[in-house]
Amino acid sequence: MNPQVFVDGIVAGSMIGLGAIGLTLVYSILRFPNFAHGELVTAGAYFALSLAALIGAAVGGTAPIGPFSFGWAIVLAALGAMVATAALALALDAVLFQRLRRRGAAVIIIVMASFGASLALRSGIEFVYTASPAYFTRELQIAMRLPGGLRVTPDQLAALALTAVLVVAVHLFVTRTAAGRAMRAVRENPALAALAGIDVDRTIRLVWVLGAALACAAGITAGLLIQIRPTMGFDLLLPLFAAAILGGVGSLPGAVVGGLVVGLGEALTVAFLGAEWRAGAAFMLLVAILVVRPNGLFGRAGG
Amino acid sequence: MEFVAYATFFGTVALSYALITLGLNVQWGQTGLFNVGVAAFVAVGAYTSAILTTPATEGRIGGFDLPLPVGWLAAAAAAALLANLVAWLTIRLRADYLAITTFGVAVAVQLAVLNLTPLTGGPFGITFIPRPFGAWASDPALFGFANLALVAATVLAVYAVLECLARSPWGRILRAVREDETAAEALGKSPRRLRIQAFTVGGAVMGLAGAVQAHFVGFIAPENFLPTLTFQVWAMLIVGGSGNNRGAILGAVLVWAIWAASGALIGAVVPAELQARAASLQIVMIGLALCAILLWRPGGLLPDRPRRPRAR
Repeated sequence: MNPQVFVDGIVAGSMIGLGAIGLTLVYSILRFPNFAHGELVTAGAYFALSLAALIGAAVGGTAPIGPFSFGWAIVLAALGAMVATAALALALDAVLFQRLRRRGAAVIIIVMASFGASLALRSGIEFVYTASPAYFTRELQIAMRLPGGLRVTPDQLAALALTAVLVVAVHLFVTRTAAGRAMRAVRENPALAALAGIDVDRTIRLVWVLGAALACAAGITAGLLIQIRPTMGFDLLLPLFAAAILGGVGSLPGAVVGGLVVGLGEALTVAFLGAEWRAGAAFMLLVAILVVRPNGLFGRAGG
Repeated sequence: MEFVAYATFFGTVALSYALITLGLNVQWGQTGLFNVGVAAFVAVGAYTSAILTTPATEGRIGGFDLPLPVGWLAAAAAAALLANLVAWLTIRLRADYLAITTFGVAVAVQLAVLNLTPLTGGPFGITFIPRPFGAWASDPALFGFANLALVAATVLAVYAVLECLARSPWGRILRAVREDETAAEALGKSPRRLRIQAFTVGGAVMGLAGAVQAHFVGFIAPENFLPTLTFQVWAMLIVGGSGNNRGAILGAVLVWAIWAASGALIGAVVPAELQARAASLQIVMIGLALCAILLWRPGGLLPDRPRRPRAR
């Protein structure tokens, strides 16, 4: 078998992992699978695209950095897009999810609302940007040769490095800081956490900001390595769910490992069955994990 | 005359949606099972019936030229089988896992009909699906009315069966499980088995609805079964009032009327080059409507009222 499959799988898997961290955080702390999470990924990519165009227009375009296909304009735009995506997630929570939570709506009603929000956001993005794909740059990338006949583009390496940095940063944040401890406390028991003096609303906002910023990073990476489309996030939703459940809902390392497994599964599916069956890999993995180990690889019983 | 022709066409399509909505009502309205893959069960029914009843075509497996009722029954059976499998797999787990799995089923079925070209015709779909009363096609008015009557009769029959089921001991236990699972379990009822049964019944109705639609339109392709279909059916049930079969039918007709009218408006007002963009606004509207109803009128137009004992 061509070892290149593993390179492609790990690159795709790291993007899925990035998106799945946000999904698993919201899932475990707000206790519902957010079907609109894919649209946060899409919105992030489009925010970055618009901001990069604005910055490019203001300074007259920026040259690519070193071997990469993107310039400083896109790096700056990425930071701005993370803020914008976080704002979108907070707005969505304030308008929709928070109201339903306050009313004590059943989980499944909130799931359905996220389903409606996903549809409205996706079609709204399509209305603004049209359905035709967009690209951050038109620069061609020459793949670097690694030992063993492997090829990898500088952009792919940058995406892997970004994922690694973000994953470690989020993990340290959740395990080592007071805000992270507050998040875990709210996950265990919101009422008890409030009693212990934790500002539950503020913690929930923090969860949205973190999840949305990571979704945005996943969207920008996907946009840089593949392309930007209004359905990119929705198409990513099943792999994201598969990764989150595979890793055990609420487990951050689990989401990343789950993402890598799904990415490798997709790459192997493409290699053995053909590219048209790629999207089936996440479904098969999801079914398999539900049959064998419903709590996920890193999940806790009853989680 | 043209108006009558359009009215019969509209009525037939709206009632075929009512059939899907009735199926979803068994799963969600009466049992509280969240199905995000409605389109998958409709697609399985549509393709099953199409493959069984179309005349043999070169280069395609299937085309058994079987009579129409056989196709419809097989459609319901195939969708029921799929629903049963999905339910058996996930209902023992958490409720939200069912939502995610049905979402996956929708993706997988879409992938299968798109890529199993020898069986499903791939992206081009299946054409020349026999239409009921095809012998009368030379008289469009009679043909249209006959089709409308057939779909209306099917809706009525399914409605009657579902109402009977809802009033039966089985339906009452279903409600008990939805309202208070622990109490139902304490009375010796198995919530898990009941939920699987309800999900299967709902799936069968959706499959039948898919077959009805396929035979009425005469042509199916993978793009008829995109997630938008699932959203539309959800909007219909939520608008009409989940749990209430009459509400499901009313919601289907109403939402389809709004959908068709706004589509016609866009077609008449918006310039041709912008129509694709305007069509996405139509979908935004459905999504917003779904959220708005959940926020402000969770019961829908005809809320589900508890049945009172008749004896006084």
